[in-house]
Amino acid sequence: MYQYADFDRAFIAARNAQFRAQVARRISGELSEDEFKPLRLMNGVYLQLHAYMLRVAIPYGTLNSAQMGVLADLAETYDKGYGHFTTRQNIQYNWPKLGDIPDMLDDLARVGLHAIQTSGNTIRNVTADHFAGAAADELADPRPIAELIRQWSTDHPEFQFLPRKFKVAVTGSPNDRAVTAAHDIGLRIVARDGALGYQVLVGGGLGRTPMIGKVIKDFLPEADLLPYLEAVVSVWNTLGRRDNKYKARIKITVHEHGLAEISRLVEERFALIRPTFSGVDQTLLADIRAQFAPPAFRAAPLVAYDAAYAADPVFRAWADTNLARHKRADHAIVTISLKAHGETPGDATVAQMRLLADLAARFGYDALRISHEQNVILPHVARADLPTLHAALKAQGLATANIGLLSDIIACPGMDYCALATARSIPVAQDLAQHFDALKLEHDIGPLKLKISGCINACGHHHVGHIGILGLDRAGVENYQITLGGDHGTDLALGGRTGPGFSYDEIVPAIERILRCYLALRESREETFREAFHRLGLAPFKAALYEPPAPAKELIHAAE
Amino acid sequence: MTPSLITANALLEGDVIYLTAQGSWARTIADAEVFTDEAVAEERLFSVNPSEAVGAYLMPVSLTDGAPAPLHFREAFRATGPSNRFHGKQSEAF
Repeated sequence: MYQYADFDRAFIAARNAQFRAQVARRISGELSEDEFKPLRLMNGVYLQLHAYMLRVAIPYGTLNSAQMGVLADLAETYDKGYGHFTTRQNIQYNWPKLGDIPDMLDDLARVGLHAIQTSGNTIRNVTADHFAGAAADELADPRPIAELIRQWSTDHPEFQFLPRKFKVAVTGSPNDRAVTAAHDIGLRIVARDGALGYQVLVGGGLGRTPMIGKVIKDFLPEADLLPYLEAVVSVWNTLGRRDNKYKARIKITVHEHGLAEISRLVEERFALIRPTFSGVDQTLLADIRAQFAPPAFRAAPLVAYDAAYAADPVFRAWADTNLARHKRADHAIVTISLKAHGETPGDATVAQMRLLADLAARFGYDALRISHEQNVILPHVARADLPTLHAALKAQGLATANIGLLSDIIACPGMDYCALATARSIPVAQDLAQHFDALKLEHDIGPLKLKISGCINACGHHHVGHIGILGLDRAGVENYQITLGGDHGTDLALGGRTGPGFSYDEIVPAIERILRCYLALRESREETFREAFHRLGLAPFKAALYEPPAPAKELIHAAE
Repeated sequence: MTPSLITANALLEGDVIYLTAQGSWARTIADAEVFTDEAVAEERLFSVNPSEAVGAYLMPVSLTDGAPAPLHFREAFRATGPSNRFHGKQSEAF
């Protein structure tokens, strides 16, 4: 992974010293809240419902064990013993005190982490496929280019006061696991005539006006990427609506001006600035790429794995759901679920984070990833080590075998923490997971993406869930709208609303009605919920949702 | 006006605070001063010291035997803490 150079270390240290002074001036009263707010947001500090919140960037979701160890230390020293991994591959601390935050940032800097541009109207933390560098289906590792974009965008003088936030995601696999089409810019590494380049999508996003990113460039040569990105952001920076924050994102700019006009302006701008990129970025990229060289994989026989798989049904169930194909047959990608039934999606305790760091060091070539689905990944584990790894995870409540199933729910913090939320999302996720676990239906239902947002801003990606839930405030009462038919994969799809929403007490039974309808109507166990929905359409699910069968007494009466 | 009190977040801790009749900030809603006169409430809100409190605003309450309780569920969560963990005000003794 990328190692900080002296330049990076000096930059972060200077920035932290600057913020420490800003915090001191705020506490002394020299800075008003209006003056301080944009400064704290530039450094990842929010003021939420119950406390300040510090959002730390985990660039493209990649961590080593020392960094995970420091994340645990911060949770222990400055917070309440846990951290919350987010849907943008960040970690949030929910309870820091303002005066402690400069110390937290200094601790992070010691292991090459920071909170810069995790909020505010800037280019945010660049996200990437959480299986990067390990997946069998990958064309190229997306992280080197994500790191280059991070370096280019950090403190970029032209892009510190953008019309709104700006999010970039990169995938190196044709199977998009980074939801690139739901980003302001989505980059997909593609091959053409033997060379790798980028397909560029622009204007995607969820929130109150969900839109799927449009292809603005089918193939962009690698050397043109940074000037092209700069051209896109620069065109938007000029045209973007600063009069209305709800119309400020680039998706609206593209929608209002049309893709053809935006493309024309970008090409014009690109032609102007391309000559100013002397090639230094390509030299940097080559250096960065060398730092992402794969580890020296050890060849490992599969005997121990095969034996455990045959003998231990608990291990087998976990292996079946939580492992993904590694580019080497004797290794696996391990997704560690932070969604134990009844727990808060994305939360990890100090002990769990320390165990994850230790296991990464012992079995995982010192590599960890955070997924936008709020799980932790060990991208490279020899299959021979998996039984030992599984036993260690089990001891800390980290061996839940539910990846890709109903209880592997994305949920934003919602009104339990977030100042913007209009309803809770965490307890809904907890109740759903426990409910279907008690019914023992989760494995029968099979692959399902259930995503919950506690407000229209859609941090929980509800639009692209097979089942999406949106929590709203309806006349002072929590109300939950359901969307069906979304998908978060390569062919991103936005779900459609089923109809009127449900109260907090009604939402779990409502989801059960939808899923019982699926179980009754599916052609076989092999037909997933998503496939069945595509075959059947909304109508039967809507009927199940809003026209519950008549009570048994009435049926008996009718039979008489 | 609907009976209201003044709430904010503390500058240093960030936690929820309520303005008392003495002009200090309390951690519990029971200690808050309740306003029924809009002009008085607005005047008190205007005079809040920004070096102690962030984002002060008027919050409508219901009154039972003179004791204020939040009218909106958002304020109920602010007054108690998150529902997924026993943290925040519900876990603290005042």
